Amino acid sequence: MKIHEYQAKAILASYGVPVPRGEVVYSPEEAGAAAKRLGSNVVVKAQIHAGGRGKAGGIKIARGPDEAVEIVKKMIGMKLVTHQTGPEGRKVQRVLIEEVLLIARELYLGIVLDRSQGTPVFMASPSGGMEIEEVAVKTPELILKEAFDPYQGLAPYQARKLAFGMNLPVEAVSGATSAMMALAKAYVAIDASLAEINPFIVAADGKVYALDAKINLDDNALARHKDLLELRDLNEEDPLEVEASRFNLNYIKLDGNVGCMVNGAGLAMATMDIIKHAGGNPANFLDVGGGANSEQIKHAFRILVSDANVKVVLINIFGGILRCDVLAAGVVTAARELNIHIPIVVRMEGTNVEEGRRILTESGLSFAVAADMRDAAAKVVRLVQ
Amino acid sequence: MSVLIDTNTRVIFQGFTGREATFHAEQCLAYGTKVVGGVVPGKGATTHLGLPVFNTVEQAVRATGANASAIFVPPAFAADAILEAEDAGVEIIVTITEGIPTLDMVKVWQRLRGSRSRLIGPNCPGIISPGRCKIGIMPGHIHKPGNVGVVSRSGTLTYEAVDQLTRIGIGQSTCVGIGGDPIIGTNFVDVIKLFAEDPETQAIVLIGEIGGNAEEAAASYIKQHMSKPVIAFIAGQTAPPGRRMGHAGAIISGGRGKASDKIAALEAAGVHVCASPAEIGEKVKSCL
Repeated sequence: MKIHEYQAKAILASYGVPVPRGEVVYSPEEAGAAAKRLGSNVVVKAQIHAGGRGKAGGIKIARGPDEAVEIVKKMIGMKLVTHQTGPEGRKVQRVLIEEVLLIARELYLGIVLDRSQGTPVFMASPSGGMEIEEVAVKTPELILKEAFDPYQGLAPYQARKLAFGMNLPVEAVSGATSAMMALAKAYVAIDASLAEINPFIVAADGKVYALDAKINLDDNALARHKDLLELRDLNEEDPLEVEASRFNLNYIKLDGNVGCMVNGAGLAMATMDIIKHAGGNPANFLDVGGGANSEQIKHAFRILVSDANVKVVLINIFGGILRCDVLAAGVVTAARELNIHIPIVVRMEGTNVEEGRRILTESGLSFAVAADMRDAAAKVVRLVQ
Repeated sequence: MSVLIDTNTRVIFQGFTGREATFHAEQCLAYGTKVVGGVVPGKGATTHLGLPVFNTVEQAVRATGANASAIFVPPAFAADAILEAEDAGVEIIVTITEGIPTLDMVKVWQRLRGSRSRLIGPNCPGIISPGRCKIGIMPGHIHKPGNVGVVSRSGTLTYEAVDQLTRIGIGQSTCVGIGGDPIIGTNFVDVIKLFAEDPETQAIVLIGEIGGNAEEAAASYIKQHMSKPVIAFIAGQTAPPGRRMGHAGAIISGGRGKASDKIAALEAAGVHVCASPAEIGEKVKSCL
């Protein structure tokens, strides 16, 4: 799960990472009041779940509360298009108003999981303010790494290695090391899958601050963090994806016109791939899972066809745990109830496949039954053209 | 010979009396697997499916001589179940559970370093040596004894590949589902090494997907050490970056973990990469 910058900063601050003074606002009036409380000049930052906001006009300096009001008037409701949002952009609904700090040095701090070592890795770089992926490609030697045991945290000596490795001024080292250890502590405590401070700054007065913050949370661990679940912002997610998540369905909207319903994540990806391979374009990723019941199948089907781009549906099921007859019954019910007329190609194999095929053919609805995956892909592409 | 499991493997189920564990224990028994009991804390000294239930893995191992375990424990308790199996000296720990918090797996991973136990999964369909032993949730009837080793991060996509093989008369030596999570106990390289040493295995099918760099690591191992043909398919060639495609580990992040990079690495290592998932069976046939 992704959360907003202001939420990430609040979490980090609670673990002892210094952050600029700031307030999140939802209207120009609130922005004016916040700017007054924060002093003269403020930074106005659009809160969306995507990076690249600065270049897209989502971060502005306001000289005083009046200007803050004007900027926020334009910013709230605007579609912010960054290299991470896709061409459709994201609508800005929340804005962070922060004090302006004078920057002496911009650094990068981040924690990611090293899958092959089975451990979190703390990364630090003197090249802050730019994307770390770019640093990794151009100047990999400028990224320092320290693997740490999550149950012991980042050791003070490891933080010192990173701080001195980035050539921090001696007077900033103590503040920086305690911020790094606090970041590591927060990462573990909240079960983050990614935590980044970019830039982490040394201000003109020698103090350190997290000027920006990004945290992704491990979805598998959210069950033990009920408080963090409240940070979910449904406005940042596709409405169909939100709807699917209510039924524990794994659905991701894409921009093609072939709707897909598959069991299993790998087979669902492979189905998207084979559609593309046959010359079509998948409209979505949808994994109904191993143990889906006919009610879930019905909802999955409904969500799938409510995407207006969908011109044809491909159902690809390899029934192991999920029985083909259960799937077929769910699809037939959904197609009847929703009065669906777009063509549906079904490819089914596995447990109770004969019974499943019988339910489909005797339903009186027009299902095209495919012999295998290749045939299914060819059929949907022909139907779409 | 098969790898990891054979007709002598003695299996216990952790979380034995749960709905899914019960169903799959029955399926494994019907397949001929030597399921010798199960573990459910608090239900010791009872029986389930005609087999003894124990309170702890240690008791189960002592009483039954089990050397493998299938874990069907809910995600919040699964990491502890793995640690318990390791503590009891279980050699093969197959973890089917999906949704274990990543940091729980970090703890498990550190314990398993240097341990005698091997963890398969989590979030995997399990392992099967056709005709001999099945520990997992895969449909047994699509498999056929033979000479192709299959290793995969996926479940149903593996069934798809196996089905293609069986339909054209090609059997499998062992099929190992290594799991779709970011941290898994056994990786491609571990299984490929076993297949390389297994005289019965003549070719290997590797099914990867986006996320991480396990396929690249496999490519580098294959390039240096592998003489048997390897056929691969990588799922997620059309997956958008930054989105988790069902599996917790299937995500392209920061430009890394793309299918195209994995395919390039495998091809450079001499692996026969299938462009389409429908080609896996035919490609294997042409390599044998």
